[in-house]
Amino acid sequence: MIAHFPILVIVVLLVAAAIVPLVGRINRTASWLTACAGCLASFLMAVSILSTVLDSGRISYWLGNWAPPFGIEYAYDPLNAFVLVLVSFVAFMVAVYARDSLEKELDPHRITPFYAVYMLFVAGLMGMVATADLFNLYVFLEITSIAGYVLIAVGRKRESLMASFTYLVMGTIAATFVLLGIGYLYMVTGTLNMADLARLLPDLYHSKVVLTAFAFFTVGLTIKIALFPLHNWLPNAYAFAPSVTSTIMAATATKVGAYALIRVMFTVFQPEFEITVVHVTQVLLFLATIAILAGSILAVAQTDIKKMLAYSSIGQIGYIVLGVALMNHLGMIGSIMHILNHALMKGGLFLVVGAIVYRHGFTHIQDFVGLGRKMPFTMAAFTIGALSMIGVPLTVGFVSKWYLALASLDAGMWYFVPVLLISSLITAVYFWRVIDNIYFKKTEKEEPATGIQEAPIGMLVPTFVLALLCIVFGIFASFPISVAEQAATLLLMR
Amino acid sequence: MSDYGVITEFILGKYHYWICIALMVVGFYAMIAKENLLKKIIGMNIFQTAVFLFYISISKVHGGTAPITWEHAVIYDNPLPHVLILTAIVVSVSVTAVALALVIEIYRTYDTIEENEILELNRVEEEKNLELAGR
Amino acid sequence: MEIIQSAAPLYAVLVSLLAVVLIGVSGRNPNLRESWTIIAALIKFSIVVSMLPKILDGTIIEYTAFSVMPGLDIAFRVDPLAMFFALTASLLWIVTAFYCIGYMRAGKEKNQTRFYMCFAVALSAAMGIAFSANLFTLFVFYEVLSLCTYPLVVHKQTPEAIKGARTYLFYLLGSSIAFQLAAIILTYHYAGTLEFVAGGILAGTASNGVITLIFILFIAGIAKAGIMPLHIWLPAAMVAPTPVSALLHAVAVVKAGVFTVVKVVLFVFGVDLLKEIGLGMALAYVASFTIIVASIMAMRQDNLKARLAYSTVSQLSYIVVAVALLSASGITASLIHIMIHAYGKITLFFVAGAIYIAAHKTKVSELDGIGRQMPFTMIAFTIGAFSMIGVPPFAGFISKWYMALGAIEANMYPIIGVIILSSILNACYFMPIVYAAFFKPVPLGESAKMHEAPAHMVVPLCFTAFGVLVLFFASPFLLNLARMVVTSVTGGS
Repeated sequence: MIAHFPILVIVVLLVAAAIVPLVGRINRTASWLTACAGCLASFLMAVSILSTVLDSGRISYWLGNWAPPFGIEYAYDPLNAFVLVLVSFVAFMVAVYARDSLEKELDPHRITPFYAVYMLFVAGLMGMVATADLFNLYVFLEITSIAGYVLIAVGRKRESLMASFTYLVMGTIAATFVLLGIGYLYMVTGTLNMADLARLLPDLYHSKVVLTAFAFFTVGLTIKIALFPLHNWLPNAYAFAPSVTSTIMAATATKVGAYALIRVMFTVFQPEFEITVVHVTQVLLFLATIAILAGSILAVAQTDIKKMLAYSSIGQIGYIVLGVALMNHLGMIGSIMHILNHALMKGGLFLVVGAIVYRHGFTHIQDFVGLGRKMPFTMAAFTIGALSMIGVPLTVGFVSKWYLALASLDAGMWYFVPVLLISSLITAVYFWRVIDNIYFKKTEKEEPATGIQEAPIGMLVPTFVLALLCIVFGIFASFPISVAEQAATLLLMR
Repeated sequence: MSDYGVITEFILGKYHYWICIALMVVGFYAMIAKENLLKKIIGMNIFQTAVFLFYISISKVHGGTAPITWEHAVIYDNPLPHVLILTAIVVSVSVTAVALALVIEIYRTYDTIEENEILELNRVEEEKNLELAGR
Repeated sequence: MEIIQSAAPLYAVLVSLLAVVLIGVSGRNPNLRESWTIIAALIKFSIVVSMLPKILDGTIIEYTAFSVMPGLDIAFRVDPLAMFFALTASLLWIVTAFYCIGYMRAGKEKNQTRFYMCFAVALSAAMGIAFSANLFTLFVFYEVLSLCTYPLVVHKQTPEAIKGARTYLFYLLGSSIAFQLAAIILTYHYAGTLEFVAGGILAGTASNGVITLIFILFIAGIAKAGIMPLHIWLPAAMVAPTPVSALLHAVAVVKAGVFTVVKVVLFVFGVDLLKEIGLGMALAYVASFTIIVASIMAMRQDNLKARLAYSTVSQLSYIVVAVALLSASGITASLIHIMIHAYGKITLFFVAGAIYIAAHKTKVSELDGIGRQMPFTMIAFTIGAFSMIGVPPFAGFISKWYMALGAIEANMYPIIGVIILSSILNACYFMPIVYAAFFKPVPLGESAKMHEAPAHMVVPLCFTAFGVLVLFFASPFLLNLARMVVTSVTGGS
């Protein structure tokens, strides 16, 4: 049984996706329970995989017992085992949260199908993380994307339809680019297995075909992670989707995209390729810098909290890409840590927004006045998330910024340190505006004292778990850092 | 071989690539530039199909037969891209299905499938909401 | 030098955090709530005092709480320098706790529970800063202090208060993220450690240009020290209730700032390194400029609290100038002035609050004859003012004396001129108040009957005024403690 965990971790989600509509005939609670159970099972298996990887090294699982490079291989090293745990954990938390939130935000007949699609979405993400086969990566990418389009489109606001369509067009371009890249690589090497490609490619680094393939990969994946200037699909998609969708997409989808980018850049292609052949890192550094600054500045201009968080996500993606493109050990650790951090922080913040929508139905920042009294616990979670986004020490946000700053100095590129610090300041500006509204602004008209109107416990607990983890990993960062360190060592090994 | 020969070879010898590239660009253009959502979807399909054709064309081996167990099959085409593209076609069909469903829903809500008109409607509504809220 | 491991500093930090919880849950019962504050303040002070004998014996107490990530620990170290700040802040918290009760109740302020909770957090942060064993720990508590005092400054929640509080936070948080964090990152990059080591960690690790850059970033990043032009937050923070201005903006926050400057100068850069590059002199002159300009600006303020705020800005720079002299007496002056100024300035702020509560006056020009209505309060004010000016037998004299000695030792005679000039300026902006209070007639329509603030407020301010006198006579104790610091950072030379 344990030997098959590497595949079951994904299959269980697919099976759950199939069962959900069936049990949905009984009632909606049953489908919710199934979804939660599926995510939980997947999470537990992911944890077991991570602990095995940390204990005894790389796991290689052959699908149908076909030996790679001919069969499809699922391979786990510290990097993807770590991302796997993260994705399944956030997915589980959001699934738990989804019940109350969806009842409020969705038409009743759409709830059960939503769970089914949700499971497919998560399965796709997990598959992208797990697989060591490039074509398999493409298939899972598309599974996630298609499920994602649906998850966005079910939003009650009519803008969600157009948001979803825009994302569909962009997503398809991205996926097709990736497919084309895979085709080019297959053309010159005749293999799709990542490890095999890594073995064969170095001799072909100067081939035009390989260069083209790399270009298509990079552009395709940067669309998926919404790296500036290819970000235009993201704000509307996050803003008009149901809260559950915004959360899971913000917390995991772009992170998995970033993971895929790291994989392609450092496993399929070796670091040497980026150093000696294509100086793509220069471009990425440039784009990352603009993303960090532009994302933060655009976030300041928003009046809608969901849009604000969406633009801030664009900035945060910049951090991840920055660390990757610095091409050194510390930067890689910073990036991997930021994948963790951003999933926790942004996930927590979007869950808070979902709770506000549940209770009050607004997302306008100006309406937040007095929420600190009405929803003290939810707002405490928001404050923690905001502090972490700013990068106050003892929150996770500080850890990755610290590493990214050290990495910039290590790479001799000190000018990224001010970029990081300035963006922290801008982040402080736009979050403090919200916090001022929540706690310190007086309501214009004296409202009758309504007392506490907290979100239901089912929404409060996941929100709080994510917020507390921001602090826990901010104080005891050694464990994730040690994992990230192992991953970085593997990735940058020559 | 003369210079003309090289160029002719470059153009004619790799004609299948040229076809793929041409199709891709046509599709890409339609996806980006067309306002009509259905035309975007058509463009998307052309775009994807171009890539499929590319895959199929690279699987052709000179003088090869169909990849089936057969006594004359000494040289046969590479079957793997075919299989891959079969999967990719399924994906492409699913995407198209979702896209069409979206367009139907968009038509129901907005009564139009022209992107610029839809965005205009969204903008008008947003302004109205802001006015209502008194900001 | 003996080093012992003890969790006492951790407890000193935690005790008020525990009090936060207790204050929070007993928000409905004001008496219980306030007693938690007082109990926590007493326990905190006794923990600090319990460590004093060991410190005087030359022992150092260390404790590593936990490691955040490789190279970054939350760790505490209690040394004589830490004691200056810890003793001041913890004793004055007790006094302020009583004063708060009088002020907040008499003023019928809202949100008192939040107020007391944030106050307790602020004191935890101050202790954390005092006892930090490395730059990271210091930075953590520095940021906590900025954040948790924001609700205190914004307390009234009027648009004016929000504006002031935003300025406050913008300067403190902004400068610490933009400059101080950058300096810390650079320090770690070059030195490979953030540990405070007597004599510095940066010597020989980077070129002079880089070290100068780091130094500038540090000084700009420690806006809490109020060196111009990063002093604007302090007058802006005067929108806060007076106990906040008193304890936080005369003691905890601003002293945290100068304490950080002292720590950075002595334990990150080291006396020798700064002397070699000449950065000490540069800092001394920049801060001297602040002393003079802030004094002049203080004279122009009619609002009493604003005048005190500018006076604080100027007095803080005394501490910075003194340590920047990098001579034994200069460092001594700097350390004892941390404590002496705290007692003097908190008295003055207490008085401002008492006048506001008893007579509803905030302007200097309204204070004619108030010495007859509030004799105890105004006598305390006079004592505080004399100490600021540096008249013996008030404590302020001692620090100015040592500062002058330090300037001579460092061959920086212009600094003596600065001290004299600023003393005159101090007199110029304090003496008119004293004169008006006692010798000008009471304005028409007001009775000259005695009308003091509640005892909760008058007793604390008399206590701190008395403290100013005590410190003058207890100066051997202070000098002894300061000598221990000086010996450790200069290697006994």
